[in-house]
Amino acid sequence: MESTQLTFSQKIIQGKWIGKALLIFIALFTVWFIGSKAVLSPALFGQQVVNGIQLGFVYALIALGYTMVYGIVRLINFAHGDVFMVGAFTSYFAISFFQLHEWPAWIFPTISPWLTLLIGIITVMLITMSVCSLLAVVIERIAYKPLRNAPRISALITAIGVSFFLEYFGALPFVFTPNFITYKRPFPIVTWYIKDGIHRLEAGSAPPEGSVLFSNILIIIVLSSVILMALLQYIVRKTKIGKAMRAVAYDKPTARLMGINVDGIITTTFALGAALAGAAGILYATAYSQVFFVMGLIPGMKSFVAAVLGGIGSIPGAFLGALIMGQAEVLSAGYISTPMRDAIAFTILILVLLIRPTGIFGEPEREKA
Amino acid sequence: MKIRPQRTTIGFLVIAVLVIATIQVLINTQILSNFWATLLRIGAVMAIVSLGLNLIYGFNGQFSLGQWAFYAIGAYSAADVTFRWSTMNSASGVVILLFVTTFIGMSYLWIARLVRQVKGIDPLSAFAIYLVGTIFAGYLAVMIGKEVIDPATTFLASLPAGFAMQLVFVLAVLMAGVLAAEISYLFGLPILTLGSDYFGIATLGLTIIVKVLLDNSDTLLGFPEMKGARGMVGIPKLTSWLWVASFLVLVIIVTRNLLHSSAGRAIVAVREDEIASKAMGIDIAFQKTLTFVLGSFFAGLAGGLYAHINGFLHPNTFNFIKSFDPMIIIVFGGLGSVSGTVIASFTWALVLEGFLRLWLPDGFETWRFVVYPLLLLVMMLLRPQGLLGTFEFPFLKQILPKPLQSKIMADKTSSENSAIGG
Amino acid sequence: MSQTMQAAPSSDVSSAIDTPMLEIKGLLKQFGGLKAVKDFDLSIHQGELVGLIGPNGAGKTTVFNLITGIYVPTAGSIKYCNDSIAGLPPHEITQKGIARTFQNIRLFPNLTVLDNVRIAYHPHAGYGLFDAILHTGKYFQLEKELTERAQEFLAVFSLHDRQGEIAKNLPYGEQRRLEIARALAATPELLLLDEPAAGMNPGEVASLMDLIHFIREKFKLTILLIEHQMRVVMGICEWITVMDFGEVISRGDPEEIQNDPRVIEAYLGRGAAALSQRLREKRSDVA
Repeated sequence: MESTQLTFSQKIIQGKWIGKALLIFIALFTVWFIGSKAVLSPALFGQQVVNGIQLGFVYALIALGYTMVYGIVRLINFAHGDVFMVGAFTSYFAISFFQLHEWPAWIFPTISPWLTLLIGIITVMLITMSVCSLLAVVIERIAYKPLRNAPRISALITAIGVSFFLEYFGALPFVFTPNFITYKRPFPIVTWYIKDGIHRLEAGSAPPEGSVLFSNILIIIVLSSVILMALLQYIVRKTKIGKAMRAVAYDKPTARLMGINVDGIITTTFALGAALAGAAGILYATAYSQVFFVMGLIPGMKSFVAAVLGGIGSIPGAFLGALIMGQAEVLSAGYISTPMRDAIAFTILILVLLIRPTGIFGEPEREKA
Repeated sequence: MKIRPQRTTIGFLVIAVLVIATIQVLINTQILSNFWATLLRIGAVMAIVSLGLNLIYGFNGQFSLGQWAFYAIGAYSAADVTFRWSTMNSASGVVILLFVTTFIGMSYLWIARLVRQVKGIDPLSAFAIYLVGTIFAGYLAVMIGKEVIDPATTFLASLPAGFAMQLVFVLAVLMAGVLAAEISYLFGLPILTLGSDYFGIATLGLTIIVKVLLDNSDTLLGFPEMKGARGMVGIPKLTSWLWVASFLVLVIIVTRNLLHSSAGRAIVAVREDEIASKAMGIDIAFQKTLTFVLGSFFAGLAGGLYAHINGFLHPNTFNFIKSFDPMIIIVFGGLGSVSGTVIASFTWALVLEGFLRLWLPDGFETWRFVVYPLLLLVMMLLRPQGLLGTFEFPFLKQILPKPLQSKIMADKTSSENSAIGG
Repeated sequence: MSQTMQAAPSSDVSSAIDTPMLEIKGLLKQFGGLKAVKDFDLSIHQGELVGLIGPNGAGKTTVFNLITGIYVPTAGSIKYCNDSIAGLPPHEITQKGIARTFQNIRLFPNLTVLDNVRIAYHPHAGYGLFDAILHTGKYFQLEKELTERAQEFLAVFSLHDRQGEIAKNLPYGEQRRLEIARALAATPELLLLDEPAAGMNPGEVASLMDLIHFIREKFKLTILLIEHQMRVVMGICEWITVMDFGEVISRGDPEEIQNDPRVIEAYLGRGAAALSQRLREKRSDVA
């Protein structure tokens, strides 16, 4: 049946307005929902924002690894979240069993405790990041490299297998144990509250009504993340290796013809991503003080969603996406309920895929006929 | 309309009946203990789910991680229906689910006809229309259905008790499948247009969202009998070996018939080369949707059957880690091999969950999940086409049509000039 | 065999002769800032065998993709038998009567030769899901007819003894032939061939030229051909359109095209036209 449509209806169809109306409706609803809660209690809202920033930065470090690896080999590295877990555990062992964060004091007994702590923690971080990098390199060489020319599903399933293996191997009693372990922070928490200016909160006392709290953990997380991301940005933008990484991500065969050691660059990318994930592991454990063998699962998935949200393959996109995801998670946990935050996270994912699958900063991929 | 079975079909049915009957006898005489009988049923259920996934991924090439979401939906919806009948003595489950699936189905048919007349509507707008239609139809179904609950309950109560229970069970399983199919249709509309990777990610998101919703089934969704994260109990254990095996046989026949037809060729063509398929006049969006909906229907059926094996359901069974089980099964069995999927499903159930658990030393419980991934890795590296590759049993194998008699061919080629090819 | 060529459009006979089968006006395709095709016009009448040539990257395959619906035009019109087809989905365009082959062969690699052809019959298979799933008598009947039709078709292209081979295992020349056969199985009236002679040696090219003549006669086709091998183009095309940088730079019969300075320059660079002119004068001096 050939019906003659009105031009008005045709315009609606052409402009995809029905779909857009749905999205606008969802957006307005979200804004109204958050806004009304924020207005009711600005301090609570402020607190969520602060918490969201803290979480977002940790997710950013993980998301970077996902986005870089996908950008270069088109693989969703399911095992990345478990590298994060290994990082957390490594630092746990380093601190709790070996007291490595205190090594400067062993050698230079007269050194000031602050300096000891600083150097010690940086050392632990470096060790953890190295362990994670090494782990990623081993995984890449054994499991991923042989399948580089195989259909993508094989590599994906292998990644899943590696992920499972790391988790359950870690769950074995002589490795990480299946228990939830409380992480011992190598330094005391110092809290401040914001109300008419920033004030130090005395230990044991309650914060005044309507104040927003933050601790030195937030500062450490933000500082470390910013430094690491700045380093990464420097490597990617200003060094030869970084240029090679970008070249391989853009056009692998040509990069090879240009004399770039493609295999080495790919391994390097994995290593860099894993280092960041390891750092994220330490920061996460410090902030949320529990380590357990599947701790990488959900944060890993959410960081992956963050990478997709920002545009998978794009480094600034991963950062932005992670901040958004962190914020969304904290807000939904606070305003709706804790279990719903996971559902919200993946609803965001689906919405992103419906609206703009390539993400905020992503570039569309076209197949040539 | 004549249905003429082929020779291989008859052979298959004979063998199937023999095998099923034999196993049933073994169960009845307790030669096969309850432990093994349960594993067999679980194997059959996994076979149905995995066949659905193989259809979507192995044959149609769409990498879906969402099969488990529809499995879960099927399980919980069927469970609720039978629970309400057996424990609460109310036909509310049957009636409401029946009305909802029917109303939504009718609205989809109506909307589909509408949308087809409009040229160039984009997937997201179509999704929005269907979503509104679903909500409307569902609401209407519940409103009207409520009125019918009491008469229906009375009617069912008047039937012999055992028969009524079985009737409710079959309806529950079938409607669970239809519900899963409808939801897959709704969400498939926008996400099937995404490229392969993104489609996989989106379906993974679906699985996780469904799981979270099930965790809150008593609070958010308003089904207190489902008990949210504590798990639902009291489901009547109605999935006998006969039921599940019969469903499996049906699913195998439907899958095989579909794949041996023109539609089946179109489905596979989409996997092979989308652009070439388009150039051949194939509507790839339709083919993908068809496969996705059918595969999800199977998942819903399987879920409904699964719920009635052990009599309880727990949302953790449907988390996304377990969602990789059917994927691993079809890869192991060989993508694009129906026989492989069936064999791999039963192997998974009987060997991995059964033999190894019984015969290996105690500590193996914990080592299981360390060994499985290693096996998987080895498999991927050494034999990525799966154990059976594309091998099929005779019934399932595509019969190559006999070339036309040589005389006719000779006539044809000589009448055409010899300048062509050769 | 029940199916004949699909019904011609409703225009009456006299206007059908005047109305071009394919009419493209002012076609523009823009990718971001890049104008891959601009100001492209083309008019092909029924039964013609037309060439589309130009240096690499000139936009020829893009024009094919625009005609067959893989790309949507940014502007301009494409009319097939007076119906606008711009913006239609590819499968609908094929069902209207336009088929194509691809520059890099796009067979269904893991399917048999027979199945590759049988897929072309899917839109007109005559039976739906119901009959398929239940394997009714109708299914068996129509499937048998469909298969026989496909086998006879393969025989025409001397591929019938390869019907069970997996497409990707065929030698290159046969793959090309199969791709053309498959396109024709979709019973088109207009056939677009994208570099069919690519990778062929002179013997194979000669066979190809015969094949193209043959199918044009037998299936009453109108053919638009992209090709780089000038032997083929000059040998079989009735007239030729030349593209460069997305635009038409020349049109005419093979003789005119060969001598058009703009064409020579497009292929050989600036100054080539003048050089070839001087060479020709020198030759005529000597003669």
